[in-house]
Amino acid sequence: MANLIAILAAALCLVMGVVVISARNPMHGVIALVANFLGLGVLFLLLHGEFVALIEVIVYAGAVMVLFLFVVTLLMAGTEPPKEGAGKNLPGQLLWAIVVIGALTALIGFVLAVRTVLTQPPPSTQAFGSITDFGRSLLTTYMLPFELTALVLLAAVIGVVFLARERS
Amino acid sequence: MASVIVLALLFPALGAMALAWLGPRLSHRQIAWVGVGSVSLAFLVAVAAFVRLASLPAAHRLIQDTLFTWNQAAGAPIHFSLLVDPISVLFMLVITGVGALIHLYSAGYMDDDEGFSRFFWQMNLFIVAMLLLVMAGNFFFLLVGWAGVGLASYFLIGFWYTRPAAVAAAKKAFVVNVVGDVALTLAIFLLFVNLGHIGYQTVFRQFATLPIATRDLVAALLFVAAAAKSAQFPLHVWLPDAMEGPTPVSALIHAATMVTAGVYLVARAFPIFGLAPGVATTVAWVGGFTALFAATIAIAQDDIKRVLAYSTVSQLGYMFMAVGTAAYAAGVFHFLTHAFFKALLFLAAGSVIHALGGEQDMWKMGGLRRTIPLTAACFLVGTLAISGIPPFAGFFSKDEILGGLLSTGQVGLWAIGTLAAGLTAFYMFRLYFVVFGGSARAPGHAHESPSVMTAPLVVLAVLSTVGGFLVLPGGYNLIESWLLPALTRFGPTPPLPPATNWAAMGVSLAMALAGGALAWSLYGRRQVASEPLAGALYRALKGKWYIDELGEFLIVRPALWLGAQLGRFDRQGLDQAFNQLGRLVAGWGESLRPSQSGYVRRYALTFALGVLLVVAFLSVHP
Amino acid sequence: MTLPTVDFLLVSAVLFAIGALGVVIRKNPLVMFMAIELMWNAVNLTLVAFARQFLAIAGHIFVFVVVVVAAAEVAIGLIVIVLVFRNRSEADVDSLNTMKG
Repeated sequence: MANLIAILAAALCLVMGVVVISARNPMHGVIALVANFLGLGVLFLLLHGEFVALIEVIVYAGAVMVLFLFVVTLLMAGTEPPKEGAGKNLPGQLLWAIVVIGALTALIGFVLAVRTVLTQPPPSTQAFGSITDFGRSLLTTYMLPFELTALVLLAAVIGVVFLARERS
Repeated sequence: MASVIVLALLFPALGAMALAWLGPRLSHRQIAWVGVGSVSLAFLVAVAAFVRLASLPAAHRLIQDTLFTWNQAAGAPIHFSLLVDPISVLFMLVITGVGALIHLYSAGYMDDDEGFSRFFWQMNLFIVAMLLLVMAGNFFFLLVGWAGVGLASYFLIGFWYTRPAAVAAAKKAFVVNVVGDVALTLAIFLLFVNLGHIGYQTVFRQFATLPIATRDLVAALLFVAAAAKSAQFPLHVWLPDAMEGPTPVSALIHAATMVTAGVYLVARAFPIFGLAPGVATTVAWVGGFTALFAATIAIAQDDIKRVLAYSTVSQLGYMFMAVGTAAYAAGVFHFLTHAFFKALLFLAAGSVIHALGGEQDMWKMGGLRRTIPLTAACFLVGTLAISGIPPFAGFFSKDEILGGLLSTGQVGLWAIGTLAAGLTAFYMFRLYFVVFGGSARAPGHAHESPSVMTAPLVVLAVLSTVGGFLVLPGGYNLIESWLLPALTRFGPTPPLPPATNWAAMGVSLAMALAGGALAWSLYGRRQVASEPLAGALYRALKGKWYIDELGEFLIVRPALWLGAQLGRFDRQGLDQAFNQLGRLVAGWGESLRPSQSGYVRRYALTFALGVLLVVAFLSVHP
Repeated sequence: MTLPTVDFLLVSAVLFAIGALGVVIRKNPLVMFMAIELMWNAVNLTLVAFARQFLAIAGHIFVFVVVVVAAAEVAIGLIVIVLVFRNRSEADVDSLNTMKG
């Protein structure tokens, strides 16, 4: 049962990913990305990542994507939706992209597939990954990185305020 | 006590820094207080060091102080160490004592000059460098001081930098001095490579283990360094030109102290010269030749300061004769008395120049004996002292040298020295009679200098009178008994020659009196309007034996020619080659330029390609 | 029985490749930005999968940090896009090639 859910969620993720990069209208891309994040949240849950599944859905699919929607509507508010310049794609870009990235993916897949430790069934994970577990770890061992993330957010806030300020 | 001696360096150094930074904002009086005060404090330190040394038992008269390690990158560490022994303490006393007097004199002499504060900080800088030179405990810091005094000398010769002659003289002095600096550096390199140490004690103790060729080479390089600094033939050419600087500078640097650095070097490195007897003999002969040679030139000079400059070169020749024949005590003694009477002569000459508003041509002076009597009296004392008339100081020290030469069988050198003594008396009395005797040759009214200038003159005149009694021939020899422990510290030294020789004394006194009498008959007996001497020989003397012209022809012209050829090669050969190389690189850049397309997606794809290559590499070499 | 770790990693690799393709072939900066988000999350999936494989909670902490950094990045990146394209009729990163050599 869990395996079936996992396969369905993974398929959702991949399909929605393709939609994200192929949609002509960015608005559709945003919706597909939200769906992709939801599928990822399911995968995280199945991997015993309870807290990360929650923040994936709340922060990513929620907050971040609302920001995206906001910007897309802002930029589309003028005349017509922002379109890509037609017929001006860089010569050979698509072909080379498929070759390079395809080769990279194939190589990584091959390297992963020959690692027997990864193809075995995972170890028993009953007690692993609870929110309690995560919280204790975050606020003891990883206290300093956790606090530093606050600084990162502060810097981002200051940066955005600086960039968005009214220029005389 | 040990750590106190560094104060001798520190006081003038602080004075120099304070004056360099704050000088323009201080009044002349404050500047003079700082300048004179800092050197006077250094003098007190030197006196304290002297008293301390004198209180020690004779064999242990040595103050050594290592302040910090300067470098330990290569071989044995090089320490900033100071070494004060009987030799260096005498130099310290003279440098700071005479230096303080000359600073005091300068406060009056330079009072009208715009560069008053610049003058004083540069003079203080000189004192620091000179003290470092004589107090250094190893060859490295000797070199630092050595180059430092050269730099200060360069600054001060070119002090009036708006005068082209002063700038040219400064450059000339610097270039000739650098010849010596390079020689000294090479000597130190040789010592370091062969012995691994450059501390005096270690070097002197181990020097005998070196092969003879190396010993001679080190000694010869040290001698070249000493000759350049102390203006020995043929590197003497810079010193007369250095008279373009202010007169107190000539007195302090180019008569009393800096030019004796070469004497100090030979005296300090006596174990080295003792083990290279051939070079030591060369030192003596070059000194003798210089003594005579410079004395002949001095006969025909018209500029009051140039006469004194050539007499300085000549007297330095005496000192080299002494140290070259291992009569270190006599050489140091002559350094001491010479510092007194030559500083006195220069300061008196400065007083004359000051009184006449900058006039330096002796044929436009005359009769000053009546208008500026105190200066005239002091100058007369100096003249008697340098001419070797008893009981003035020069008599004792010069005869200590000449007597030593005769006693050790150096009859040739003795004859040269005696002849030069006669010439010295002649040109000095010529100078005295023309400047102070007779009646005025040019209109104008001379005034006696202020007391801040005459006070140092009187002090130096007293010292020039009584300074000679440190040694009483046939009686006692304070200098030698003072220096002897230092000279015997580093193992056996050649036996010091017996110095007192009544025959030599009598002959040289007769020569001096004859020279003085000849001068009187030519210049003193009646008023002479201009130089009565003439003829080809006189012209050659006046032209300084054409050494400058010879140097121009032999060195400067070929150097310029070589420079022109190399310049052409540089422009037409090397420049073209490098231009081609530059074009090649520019061509490569031009051909790579399209890759900088400005399309961020291209960059991203290139990045992905790079990742692919790295991953591929890592998967082959896990 | 549960799926082995390698399956999740392969999904992650393909997802990452899709994101990279999107960055490289699309010209609309908004779409490129979303493709970058895809790549972030492919990495997150890897981290979580490895965390289960090796029972290391540090993997989850890493995901947390990535989410924070991504949020900050989105905020900054979107404001830059807004500022750049506010006055342009078409949204095309290829027109921003003034840094050409």
